[in-house]
Amino acid sequence: MGKFGLKQILLAIIVLILLISFPWVFRKPFPQHVMILVFMFGMMAVAWNIMGGYAGMFSFGQVAFFGIGAYTSSFLLITYQVNPWVGLIIGGLIAALVGLAIGYPCSNLRGHYFAIASIAFGEIVRTLFTNWKLIGAAEGLTLPMLDESFKNFIFHSSKLPYYYIMLVFLLLSLLVCYFVATSKMGYYFRAIKESHDVAKVLGINVVWYRLIAIMISAFLTAMAGTFYAQYILYLDPDSVLILPISVQIVLISMLGGAGSILGPVIGAVILMPVSEVTRVMLGHKGTGIDMMIYGALITVISVYQPKGVWGLLTGIAKRLK
Amino acid sequence: MPEQLLQQIVNGLLIGFIYSLIAIGLTLIWGVMNIVNFAHGDFLMVGMFISFWLYTLYGLDPLFSIPICTVALFVLGLLIYRWIVSKVMKGPMLAQLVVTFGVSIFLANLAVYLWTPDFRLIDKPLLSGTWNIAGINLSVPKFVATIGSVIASLFVFLFMKKTKTGKAILATEMDREAALLMGINTERINSLSFGLGAALVGIAGAFLSTYYYIYPQVGGTFGLIAFSIVALGGFGSIEGAFIAGIIVGLAQTLGGFIFDPAYKYAIVFMIYLIVVWIRPQGLLGW
Repeated sequence: MGKFGLKQILLAIIVLILLISFPWVFRKPFPQHVMILVFMFGMMAVAWNIMGGYAGMFSFGQVAFFGIGAYTSSFLLITYQVNPWVGLIIGGLIAALVGLAIGYPCSNLRGHYFAIASIAFGEIVRTLFTNWKLIGAAEGLTLPMLDESFKNFIFHSSKLPYYYIMLVFLLLSLLVCYFVATSKMGYYFRAIKESHDVAKVLGINVVWYRLIAIMISAFLTAMAGTFYAQYILYLDPDSVLILPISVQIVLISMLGGAGSILGPVIGAVILMPVSEVTRVMLGHKGTGIDMMIYGALITVISVYQPKGVWGLLTGIAKRLK
Repeated sequence: MPEQLLQQIVNGLLIGFIYSLIAIGLTLIWGVMNIVNFAHGDFLMVGMFISFWLYTLYGLDPLFSIPICTVALFVLGLLIYRWIVSKVMKGPMLAQLVVTFGVSIFLANLAVYLWTPDFRLIDKPLLSGTWNIAGINLSVPKFVATIGSVIASLFVFLFMKKTKTGKAILATEMDREAALLMGINTERINSLSFGLGAALVGIAGAFLSTYYYIYPQVGGTFGLIAFSIVALGGFGSIEGAFIAGIIVGLAQTLGGFIFDPAYKYAIVFMIYLIVVWIRPQGLLGW
């Protein structure tokens, strides 16, 4: 890691300018929508990566944090007219607390056991929310049509504000990930990932650092959840709490490269347009072909590119030097 | 009240033993090659559909299609191992976790594509009706499925303990390198275990098709429950999976009875989380 070279800074500025000007070049709603999804899933993959890529906890239950974020801000807005921006913070905090509560009993679980426990956690949250009358049970929640404004976190006439807000969220999560990865904490995380026992012997409080990783990850994922609620303005358990979303988050991180800062974003850039375009082109017939392709894609990626595109890119870069 | 409670216990046992059989197949794969087969529930779905089509097209009762289902699923498992799973065995663990998710999504949606997402039922199976014993209702197909599952589980148990191949599988489970040094062809053991694990699900699928709805997504819930059972029973432990299957069956029906049936799966997962909190290696794991 360490200091950035001039080249990297230049490259980052160019990419940023391209991203900022993208919606001015592609003015149709669909490409903008796809990019918003790229940012949103990119952010969740970055959040997953802090937990999975660095601290070695492969979570397949991220959807629970996503749902908690979406539901908390929407519920507070509908019932108590709480501003969504405040709801965003509260949702993040609640998700982090839930992560703490569920992460503690799971603090001894490794590998497959953790993965399955996280699936169980996601399914518990889904079942509870599907039956919880207060938050709309299976029917879900519809958000009120407030006036368009940044303060209300709602925009009707254009997708542009959503685009930039999500871009800022993504950059924020990358910043968090960068600080985590380059701080002492990041080294602790990696030590824990390599071996619990060795990390313990070296005096690292394994349980505590695993919980920190979960809480950071939960908070960021919940932020994306609130964004989703404000963007779609409707949520129900079948759209925000299902296992395939968790799997998609993991897949994006893996495809891009788990354990690197930018890897998950690259994964989102590759996978989200593919899955959105196949869904739109083939999905409406309900024949299952789009999901068949998606399933085949997951299999092919796992077999042929399990270390991620980031590994491939850095490998090429090294060879060029 | 006591009668209702007894009825729930019977219901729990009726589903529990089937769970056990499904989970034994999963634990075999998990134990031998350290792969969580997320497509396990979808194997079950394939088994149910094979049984359904044999009945609908050729009038073959599910009871008689059991051998066909078993062989077909064995072959399916073998092929998926050879073509896909064996290729990620040396890859990163994350890829090993994700790859079978891909297979799962592919199989379920292939079924949607071929046969639409509709729910189907075998309308007139040989086994039907219920017996009433001392006020307790006992569904005949469920009862037969339970007996069949117990026999199949017992057979696996004996196979592992008594035959040379079974012992080789156990040895591979305990220590792959040592097994290799002892002259066991561990690659062959891998494919065999994957095939065998899938074949057991074929048996379970044929039995389930006599009374359960058959649809492309049917594997989802069964698969998830099977994972918790395996992890609950302990990594690779056949006895553990057998016992945990019964526990989960009982927890599901009794929990649903005491609280609300809507929460029955949530209760199962809660129990799983509580057990792994106290015993991370599962009940009979080492």
